[in-house]
Amino acid sequence: MRKVLKNQAVQTFAASILCILAGLLIGYIVLLFINPQGAGESILNIIKNFFTWSRPQSQLKQFGNTLAKTMPLIMCSLSILFAYKVGLFNIGTAGQYVAGACASLYAALAWNWGWLPCMLLAMIAASALGAITGILKAYCNVNEVISGIMLNWIALYTANTILSNVKETASPYTLYLNKENPASMLPTLGLEKLFNGNTNVTLAVPVAIIAAILVWVILSKTRFGYELKATGNNKNAAKYAGMAQNRNIILTLMISGALAGLGASLLYQTGYMRWECTQSSVPAMGFNGIAAAFLGGLHPIGAVFSSFFIQHITDGGQYVNTNFYSSQISDVISSVIIYLCGFVLFIKLTMNRVITRREDKKGAKQ
Amino acid sequence: MNKERQSEYAIEMLHITKRFPGIIANDDITLQLRHGEIHALLGENGAGKSTLMSVLFGLYQAEEGTIKKDGKEVQINDPNDANALGIGMVHQHFKLVECFTVLDNIILGDEPVGKAGILKKAEARKKILALSEKYGLQVDPDAVISDITVGMQQRTEILKMLYRDNEILIFDEPTAVLTPQEIEELMQIMRNLAAEGKSILFISHKLAEIMAVADRCTVLRKGKYIGTVETKNTTMEELSAMMVGRNVNFHVDKEPAHPGDVVLDVQHMTVASKVHNNNAVKDVSFQVRRGEIVCIAGIDGNGQTELVYGLTGLEPLVGGKILMDGKDITHASIRKRSVAGMSHIPEDRHKHGLVLDYSLEYNMILQTYFESRFTDRIGFLRRKNIREYSDKLIEQYDVRSGQGSVTPARSMSGGNQQKAIIAREIDKQPEMLVAVQPTRGLDVGAIEYIHKQLVAQRDAGKAVLLISLELDEVMDVPDRILVMYEGEIVGELDPKKTTQEELGLYMAGAKRDEVKKA
Repeated sequence: MRKVLKNQAVQTFAASILCILAGLLIGYIVLLFINPQGAGESILNIIKNFFTWSRPQSQLKQFGNTLAKTMPLIMCSLSILFAYKVGLFNIGTAGQYVAGACASLYAALAWNWGWLPCMLLAMIAASALGAITGILKAYCNVNEVISGIMLNWIALYTANTILSNVKETASPYTLYLNKENPASMLPTLGLEKLFNGNTNVTLAVPVAIIAAILVWVILSKTRFGYELKATGNNKNAAKYAGMAQNRNIILTLMISGALAGLGASLLYQTGYMRWECTQSSVPAMGFNGIAAAFLGGLHPIGAVFSSFFIQHITDGGQYVNTNFYSSQISDVISSVIIYLCGFVLFIKLTMNRVITRREDKKGAKQ
Repeated sequence: MNKERQSEYAIEMLHITKRFPGIIANDDITLQLRHGEIHALLGENGAGKSTLMSVLFGLYQAEEGTIKKDGKEVQINDPNDANALGIGMVHQHFKLVECFTVLDNIILGDEPVGKAGILKKAEARKKILALSEKYGLQVDPDAVISDITVGMQQRTEILKMLYRDNEILIFDEPTAVLTPQEIEELMQIMRNLAAEGKSILFISHKLAEIMAVADRCTVLRKGKYIGTVETKNTTMEELSAMMVGRNVNFHVDKEPAHPGDVVLDVQHMTVASKVHNNNAVKDVSFQVRRGEIVCIAGIDGNGQTELVYGLTGLEPLVGGKILMDGKDITHASIRKRSVAGMSHIPEDRHKHGLVLDYSLEYNMILQTYFESRFTDRIGFLRRKNIREYSDKLIEQYDVRSGQGSVTPARSMSGGNQQKAIIAREIDKQPEMLVAVQPTRGLDVGAIEYIHKQLVAQRDAGKAVLLISLELDEVMDVPDRILVMYEGEIVGELDPKKTTQEELGLYMAGAKRDEVKKA
């Protein structure tokens, strides 16, 4: 039994489940506190998300919407965990995501590019933003969190400025892709038939899943991954072994950025969301990626499932009974749950400590 | 001040025994410090000085023995107890806040606070100036620590103890970082303090300083109490003999060396210190030839670490040149040096030598993973080859671990971790093997094994540079000994002709030759 508990994968899974349960419990308590009447029903609706709909057809359609928003989250959490393996906390994922959104939307609406060039441009733009953080880190030892946060804001307002050129005159939102340039929209590959005609389900789904597998392969099977993880685990040993640290830092943040940029392209090029040119906060997608990465045990495949769960909860928030609660409550509850998802490492640490202490006690008795 | 004293001694540590798993760090040690005396504590690295001081400071609890203050038994459970008993310490590496002023550092932790939490700095300043006058400790209370000399930083540390009215002052290797003039000043300060009735414990392994300033000297060796002597009745030779002993625990069988061509040629190497604003290695020149083992001996902290960093490329040189096989590698990257045939068994196997969270097999390829036998053209690791190679090394070098190649390096014993590093570095077929304290913390069996490997490398025509702090190792393994003291090479000795006592004198800076510069 103890052997099973010491297994890394088992620990991660157990810790993730514990975090989810704790998050739900606290969310429930918050609801109870505000209004005990609708708490039970509301928390259940959050968990049920699209199952709240009674007709299977509607359920499928809503499931499709959740999926469409899960894909960019997967990419953001891959972006976070990739950098994290090298010991870098790329909070700049959020800004790189914005850069990707800006590049793909502008190329699609202003230049009438096709979907693939738009997607590639998104990756290039986001990766360039990552490179700035990387270069600052490698050559000037500027903390990546600080420069990342500041670049997030620069990216946001730059995006607002640039995309104002392609927005509707009457609203702050960018033009509809399906009206202006349908060729820039991601092909659905017939996937919409599985989701009751929901065209938000597109190529993005296989792309994100393949990206997760690719990240896993790079990290675990290649020389590059070997170097990255060595650097993340023991910087000094990596230096001792002659690994090119500066190059690896920059390359890592560029790849991390490209992943986030691709994520933005996978959302905005479905046409499901439009950019709001007056928004004054960086989209939460990049930050939720942090929670998803940790909840997934910092494993690329784990990130796929944790991203889905987090998106599921976030979407489920809209089914909170608004007769009892103000509409913002859904965001509060899902944020609480997401916040607790970040505690996976902490719980793992505590579990390990308890196990070793017990072993020590046993050892001392013998 | 002159209250009735119940005892001759200010502090007594009687029959202290402190055990750690597998080792007795202090074995029945007695140290008695008189009022107003300067008492030196002498011993090699690992002799148990730090452990003894940690017991006095309440960082460790001794299993046996008692501590008495003014003849009364006391219990010291943590550093706060030690402070309350008036025990203060100047650490070797100062514990100062760099961006604070001298005054702020002195009052830190014992701030004079008035109403509403407002600091009464004027009062503190008065007290500090009075103290500094009384003991001849010149400081500028308003200077920022990062702007002042090392000597003044140390005076700040001393004032910190005096400000807290400490009666028992411990100086942990206080002269290691000072210039000769500053050392002279410090000695005068210590004499002043003792004359004012403070009791001073002076930890050092510099014999000349001990003879110059201490009244008595207690010597430890390998955790054991050797004796306490009056410095006026002893000589440096006697102290050196007490410090190093005469025990020969093991012997390395080896044929006479047949040195060949010069492999490593170091010319006027100078390397900056990471800890202080000076050079840790000063204008060092030496050569290592094929088929010989050259050992750099010296007491820890005399620049050996920095010498190795400069040699292997972990730190850049401030000046000088390094040639390997006649090629200039002064500015070559670590990887280039490694590929050119330099292997490095690092001093700290956890810091540099291993990625502890990697499996054993991944650690085995840490220096060679990029070679075509381990990485294919696209950049994928050849896992089968890696496993086979690792299995081979494990077998050949008898590296023991729970699950063989897939064992996490973290879960292996220190000896086997070291064996894995040695297997990796030797199997690289180096021209030049730099082995830094390769046997540190290992048991006798492992030590013997590693020495054999070093000799085998020598006999295979490789150049071996051994950096060691262990006197037995220095005497037995190498063909030539270079002694390093305060960043310079102060002597070249033939291990067959020299004695441990002579070596001890060189290491403690009591003797030096003009070594011819290459």
